[in-house]
Amino acid sequence: MVRIGAILLRIGLLGGGLTLLASCSGNWNDPYPDGDARADVVYSAFSERPKHLDPARSYSSNEVEFTGQIYEPPLQYHFLKRPYTLIPLTAETLPKPRFFDAAGRPLPDDAPSAAIAESVYEIRIRPGIRYQPHPAFARDEAGRYRYHALDAAAVADKTRITDFSQTGTRELVAADYVYQIKRLANPRLSSPIFGLMSEHIVGLKALGETLEKVAKARPDAVLDLNDFPLAGAEVVDRYTYRIHIKGKYPQFIYWLAMPFFAPVPWEAEAFYAQPGMADKNLTLDWQPVGTGPYYMAENDPNRRMVLKKNPYYHGETYPVEGDAEDRQAGLLADAGKPLPFVDEAVFSLEKETIPYWSKFLQGYYDSSGISSDSFDQAIQFSAAGSPQLTDSMRVKDIHLVTTVAASIWYVGFNMLDPVVGGLGEDRRTLRQAISIAFDYDEFISIFLNGRGIPAQGPIPPGLFGYVDGVAGLNPYVYAARGGKVVRRPIEVAKRLLAEAGYPNGRSDKTGAPLVLYFDTMASGPDAKSRLDWMKKQLDKLNVQLVVRGTDYNRFQDKMRKGNAQLFEWGWNADYPDPENFFFLLYGPNKKVATGGENAANYDNPEFNRLFERMKDMDNGPERQQVIDAMLGIVRRDAPWIFAYYPKSFGLTHGWVHNVKPNLMANNTLKYRRIDPALRAAKRAEWNHPVLWPIVLLAGGLVAVIAPAVIAWRRHERKVA
Amino acid sequence: MFAYILRRLLYAIPILIGVNLLTFALFFVVNTPDDMARLQLGAKHVTPDAIERWKVEHGYDKPLLLNAQATGSAQFTDTIFFQHSVAMFAFEFGKGDDGRNIGNEIRNRMGPSLAIALPVFVIGLLVNITFALLMVFFRSTYLDLWGVVLCVVLMSISGLFYIIAGQYFIAKLWNLLPISGFSGGIDGIRFILLPVLVGVVAGIGSGARWYRTIFLEEIGKDYVRTARAKGLSEVRVLFRHVLKNGMIPILTGAVVVLPLLFMGSLITESFFGIPGLGSYTIDAIQAQDFAVVRAMVFLGSFLYIVGLILTDISYSWVDPRVRLQ
Repeated sequence: MVRIGAILLRIGLLGGGLTLLASCSGNWNDPYPDGDARADVVYSAFSERPKHLDPARSYSSNEVEFTGQIYEPPLQYHFLKRPYTLIPLTAETLPKPRFFDAAGRPLPDDAPSAAIAESVYEIRIRPGIRYQPHPAFARDEAGRYRYHALDAAAVADKTRITDFSQTGTRELVAADYVYQIKRLANPRLSSPIFGLMSEHIVGLKALGETLEKVAKARPDAVLDLNDFPLAGAEVVDRYTYRIHIKGKYPQFIYWLAMPFFAPVPWEAEAFYAQPGMADKNLTLDWQPVGTGPYYMAENDPNRRMVLKKNPYYHGETYPVEGDAEDRQAGLLADAGKPLPFVDEAVFSLEKETIPYWSKFLQGYYDSSGISSDSFDQAIQFSAAGSPQLTDSMRVKDIHLVTTVAASIWYVGFNMLDPVVGGLGEDRRTLRQAISIAFDYDEFISIFLNGRGIPAQGPIPPGLFGYVDGVAGLNPYVYAARGGKVVRRPIEVAKRLLAEAGYPNGRSDKTGAPLVLYFDTMASGPDAKSRLDWMKKQLDKLNVQLVVRGTDYNRFQDKMRKGNAQLFEWGWNADYPDPENFFFLLYGPNKKVATGGENAANYDNPEFNRLFERMKDMDNGPERQQVIDAMLGIVRRDAPWIFAYYPKSFGLTHGWVHNVKPNLMANNTLKYRRIDPALRAAKRAEWNHPVLWPIVLLAGGLVAVIAPAVIAWRRHERKVA
Repeated sequence: MFAYILRRLLYAIPILIGVNLLTFALFFVVNTPDDMARLQLGAKHVTPDAIERWKVEHGYDKPLLLNAQATGSAQFTDTIFFQHSVAMFAFEFGKGDDGRNIGNEIRNRMGPSLAIALPVFVIGLLVNITFALLMVFFRSTYLDLWGVVLCVVLMSISGLFYIIAGQYFIAKLWNLLPISGFSGGIDGIRFILLPVLVGVVAGIGSGARWYRTIFLEEIGKDYVRTARAKGLSEVRVLFRHVLKNGMIPILTGAVVVLPLLFMGSLITESFFGIPGLGSYTIDAIQAQDFAVVRAMVFLGSFLYIVGLILTDISYSWVDPRVRLQ
């Protein structure tokens, strides 16, 4: 018994020691080894590691989240202004295209598109912009590049870019932009926009073919792009360059705000092309070199990625223009202050939503999305149906930020299908009936927790051409009642179905039931409930829906061959122009015939004619008229069931400032401001270690072990 | 013994070729090089030209197994299978479709995987054996009965539950350890404590019951009776004699998994943010990255073969009756 007493005493001392330790040290559950809550650092997470950080290749949102902070294309989107507005970034002014005819003669700004053979964008960048510190620019005393003649042995002990002790910088010049445009044609980079851009930039396709031949002939040789001229991109002087575009392509200016058109210094390519570099993952694809407000200080995509403030950043100030709502939300409090605000951003890999959410609530992440698991914990709906934070969130001074994405989800009809496709009146009526039957208002409520808006057409809110409210409703599916938009009753769908030749879901010619086929990549328990919901929608019309589940590859294959009948698809805007949505329905972009993005294979000559007119127009009443006419056509033809525009909900802590969702800009980290002192105080308050479970556990162990020890001693004595 | 090991290693070559061929066939039954290109190039603006360029650049523009247009040995060597397989036998895994060096990636990820798997294995083994011996010691008593009940309860619970419960109570509610994360050096200990604790507790049920069965079988044998007749204490009988003789079945299960500890655990690493090898293969399958899938299957097969050889060697060490010839 004396021994047990001694053990208990030791446990008590241990508990006391732990309590003392808890009171002396920081938070025990702090996941940042060298983190200091008081530092001006943004803590964020990524769930999927980026595949590419090369500006010629990175396209996904999880990639541009990084490249957007590091690379600087000539233009950017205004942080606060809506509708989305382009402003200069490294450029001095917004470039205005000059038009030329086939003979090279200048044309006026209002020249008809058919007369324009070439558009020329002349971009002048601001002098004095410098690259981040990087060993590719380091020079020795004689002025030679210090790390441009390395062999594999010299690289053998280098595993990170910081292992090179010397760094340098240099001024950004126009040639760097031209160099990057050439890189889009480099076959070794497989740029995702090469195909698209080679149709627009003069000479890019030819350059791609030349580079492909050279790469094939000399597979191990480094392609020095300075040796290959590109007719469509020329350096005018040190700070000016021109891009030549075939015909008229007004949407090109939006591409100039993407990292694809950011500058890349030739020194970086030469540096990374040296033997042994790629084997150590020291490539431009993983170690970016840019002029932006941040540079990649740590790149371990399996654990964490760290961006640090670029000491050579050219400087920029917080926007001074915004609307009244912005002012009210405090988004103009920092107007005119120098950017960026935070010194560092730490992105940790967090694959699962549960630990991500828990760490956000502990204050270790500054912001978070809301997964289905935690939705009820975070959000409740008011009597009016508007989302608001729960009390537990408000107590923590967490803020809700919502925005409708510049995206659309739709169910497409394959217009080549003999049952649902074609532009005949009966098929059109059939599609309209099915469009009414699919009650996406209900879908949004059941499956999205209200995070979506029923779509009325292909253009999502926030883009030119979108009309809100009753004026913008799809009259074939919705009706105005008492100033509200309401879905047409199922009886209307039944009547339309009968008009289409399927009274009560059966063919009036053969009497056979109408059976439709829905191809989807969705699988698993979550998908099953959604697919069951879809079947139920058509059950209302006595129409059978057969779901054909398939994998991604087979689905893509079916779409290319036109073997699907109904399918679900979505589109996320590349840029804020209606052309970027209408082109998904443009006949010459049919997937079956051309491999284009028109997955429904919709081809209406009138719509095509209007599209060709609309895409070259400037925003204004005239363009709106054309868009309205196009909307009228696609709503009537119903090649898609316009499902919904997704709405994203985000949460931020009270210490995070200047948060305004900007779906087009990818360089918003520089505007973010943190109150580190408040964060440190909250973290300490929320994460005080609770020690009684340790003491209880130890006591429990003693309670279990002590009888066992006693029994053992008795047993031993008995044997003896 | 050396001749035996050498022979076993030579046997491994046709096995590895077979595994490689099977992996290749299974992968390309489901995916074509065009599918791989499409997935890598993204969902937008992908043209047939871009797909062709990607295939050429990544060496997937050749026939899969037989090049009918080539002559001589090139019919077999100028194929995707040959070009992508030969270097692997020298442990040169090449690059993944994302351009990252696979060998480098494996080396970087092995450490974190081992940092979790090795303590879970060692501590788990010790805890399970100790718990099993205790149950055997108190066999046919209430302690044994409740020990077995506890084991059955523990093994009936999903591994995911232990992780979520561990994170909820220890990291979220009591704030004692970080929920997830990883760090090198001494500071890394506090990141691996929770996954190790969860891993050990999750394994007690099945492990301790299995070892208890083994020890109970041993304890009824003649040599145990002889040991007791000599007047040895029960503790000495159990820990010195029963444990030693129960080692063969323990080694069967333990040594064979030893090399595979490098491969990590998918769920544990995913939930605890451990940058290990656990999710590397799954991520590669999802990304249709054949180079990584092939390398990981090859490595897994090789380590499994090494594990089997080590098991055989360990037999001869613990049981003098076993001779390797």
